Amino acid sequence: MKSRYLPLAATTLIFLLAYTLCYAQFPAMLSTRVIGNLFTDNAFLGIAAVGMTFVILSGGIDLSIGSVIAFTSVFIAVLLAGTGLHPLTVFALALVISTLFGAAMGAVIHYLEMPPFIVTLAGMFLARGMAFVLSIDSIPVAHPFYDVLQSLYWRMPGGGRLTLIGVLMLLVFLAGILLAHRTRFGANVYALGGGAATARLMGVAVGQTTIAIYALSGLLAGLSGIVFSLYTSAGYSLSAVGVELDAIAAVVIGGTLLTGGSGFIAGTFVGILITGLIQTYITFDGTLSSWWTKIVIGILLFAFIFLQKGILWVSSRNRVALDHAHGR
Amino acid sequence: MLFKSALAGATLLASAVLGASAASALTVGFSQIGSESGWRAAETTVTRQEAEKRGVDLKFSDAQQKQENQIKALRSFIAQGVDAIFLAPVVETGWDSVLEEAKDAEIPVILLDRTVAASEDLYLTAVTSDLVHEGKVAGEWLVNNVGDKECNIVELQGTTGSSPAIARKKGFEEAIAGKANFKIVRSQTGDFTRAKGKEVMESFLKAEGGGKNICALYAHNDDMALGAIQAIKEAGLKPGEDILVVSIDAVPDIFQALAAGEANATVELTPNMAGPAFDALEAYLNNGTVPPKWIQTESKLYTQADDPQKVYEEKKNLGY
Repeated sequence: MKSRYLPLAATTLIFLLAYTLCYAQFPAMLSTRVIGNLFTDNAFLGIAAVGMTFVILSGGIDLSIGSVIAFTSVFIAVLLAGTGLHPLTVFALALVISTLFGAAMGAVIHYLEMPPFIVTLAGMFLARGMAFVLSIDSIPVAHPFYDVLQSLYWRMPGGGRLTLIGVLMLLVFLAGILLAHRTRFGANVYALGGGAATARLMGVAVGQTTIAIYALSGLLAGLSGIVFSLYTSAGYSLSAVGVELDAIAAVVIGGTLLTGGSGFIAGTFVGILITGLIQTYITFDGTLSSWWTKIVIGILLFAFIFLQKGILWVSSRNRVALDHAHGR
Repeated sequence: MLFKSALAGATLLASAVLGASAASALTVGFSQIGSESGWRAAETTVTRQEAEKRGVDLKFSDAQQKQENQIKALRSFIAQGVDAIFLAPVVETGWDSVLEEAKDAEIPVILLDRTVAASEDLYLTAVTSDLVHEGKVAGEWLVNNVGDKECNIVELQGTTGSSPAIARKKGFEEAIAGKANFKIVRSQTGDFTRAKGKEVMESFLKAEGGGKNICALYAHNDDMALGAIQAIKEAGLKPGEDILVVSIDAVPDIFQALAAGEANATVELTPNMAGPAFDALEAYLNNGTVPPKWIQTESKLYTQADDPQKVYEEKKNLGY
C-alpha cells in the first residue's frame, strides 16, 4: 500500500473498530436513527470542514469559519425578520458576502505576504464582531419556507431521518472529492501545499489559486451558516464558537498533513464521523463527562501526528536506501 | 503505529463495555446547559440524587453552553429510545424540529428551569420558579415583621435589564404596595456580585446618614446581600438588627449569615427542579395524568428560626 493512503486507512479502521465496540455495548447504535443523526448533526461542521481541507492541503489555515457561520446565521435571521425578502434571496446574499470575505482574506495573504494564521485570526474577530453588531440576542427564524425545508427528509426504515442538510453535506463532500482529484484547481492546491516556489515553477498561478482557496472556504463557511440556521431555526452571534478548531481536528484525524500537500477529502468525512461517534457514545453512556469528547479527540490528534511523522520518516529512509541501491 | 492509534481510540470505549448499565424501570436523558454557576451545578447534583432515589437510570449530557450540543444530545436520546427527556435549554429559540422528532418518537420532554419559544404541544410541561413570586415572598416577610413603624428600604438590584432583576423588583414592590410606612429610598444595581453589592451598600450608608435612616435592605440575590452585610459591619452597625437583611436564592453562605444573626431571611430558588418533574412524569406514564403546562416550584422562605446551620450542612455539598 502506498504510504500516502496509510493515514486514510488508519482513520477508516479506527472508525469501524470504534463503531463495532459501540455496537457491542449499545445495540441501538447500529440503527438508521443514529446514522441519520450523524449526518444531520454534523452537517454544518462537515461542510465547513471540506473548505478547511482545501485550505490545509494548500499549506494554509482558516480560523475564521466559526465566526463566519455565526455571522451568516445572524445575518439571515435579521434579514428575514426585518425585511420581506425570500429566504433564497437572503441565502444568495449571505453566500456572496462570505465568499467575498474569504477572497479578501486570500488576497491579503497573497499580496501582503502575511501568514494565513494572522490574517484569518483577524477575519475571525471581524466576522464575530459584525455578528454582534447585527444583534446580540438569539433571533428566531419563523418563515414558512424554513418549515418546508425542514420537513424535507426521507424516513429510513427504522425511523431514522435522512434530512435535507444531511444530504447537502454528503453532496458537498462528493463535490469536494471531484474538485480535489479531477480538476486543475485541485491539482494546483496540492502543488501549492508542496511549496509555493515549486508550484510557481510548475506553472501554477499562485495568487489566483490562493484567493480561490480562501474564497471556497468562505463560500462553504457561508453554506455551513445557512445549514446551521436551518438546524437551529435561529441566528445567534454566540453560536458556533470554536467550530474552526473542530474542523481542523477532523481534517487532521482524516489523515491530511497540516504542512499541506497530502491528504484526502474523504478522510475528512471519516474524521467528522469519528467526532460524531464519540459524542453519540458519550450521550448513550450518560455517565461520562461530555468533556471526554475533547480528551479522546486530543488523543486521536496526537496519535495521528505521530503516525504522520512516522510515515515521513520511513519514506525518507526508503528514498535514501533507494538512492544507495541505484548507486547515486 | 496503526495498531497503537487504533488502540488509543478504542480504550475509552472498551473500558465502559464492562460497566454496562443494569436494566432499570425508567431511563431518562437529561440535557443540561453546563456548569456556569454554582446554582446550576447544584441543580445537576440534585437531579442525579433524585434519579437515584427513584431508581431511574439518568443519562446526563453537559452541553458546555452550546445549543448545537444540546440538539445533538436530544437526538441521541431519541435514537437510544429513552423513556423521557429533561431539557434545561440554553436559549429559547430553535427547538421546534428536534422537539417534533421527540414527539414523533412518543418521548415526553420536560423543560427544567427555563422555557422555550416553541408550540406548547411539543413538550409535556415546564418546571420553573416564578421570579415575581420570589420577590413577593421577600416583601411579604418584611411587611409582616416590621409592622406599623416607618421603614426606609434600600434595594440592591440584579444586573440591569436582566429578567430576574426586573421580576424580583416587581414582586417586591407588589408586596409593599399600599403600605404607606414602607418606602424604597434607594435602589441601584449590584450586578448580582458580592463585590459590587458591598460597594453600592457603602454608598447607600453614606447617603443615608451613616445608615441610621435605613430600616431594611432588600437584595435581589444572596451574594449581593453578603457583600452588603460586610459593608454594614464596617460602618459600625449590626446587620440583622440595626438593618434588616432579606434576599433571594438561598445559597449555602447566606445560611451561615442567618446562623450568625447577620441576615434575616432568604427566599429559595430551589435547585430541585427534577423532583417535581419526575413526579409529573411518573404520574403521566403510570396513570396517564397530563400535567399542567407549567409547574411552579416552591419559593420557600428561610429565616433565622429554620435552623440555618443544619441547612448549610445539607447544602454545602451540592456543588454551589
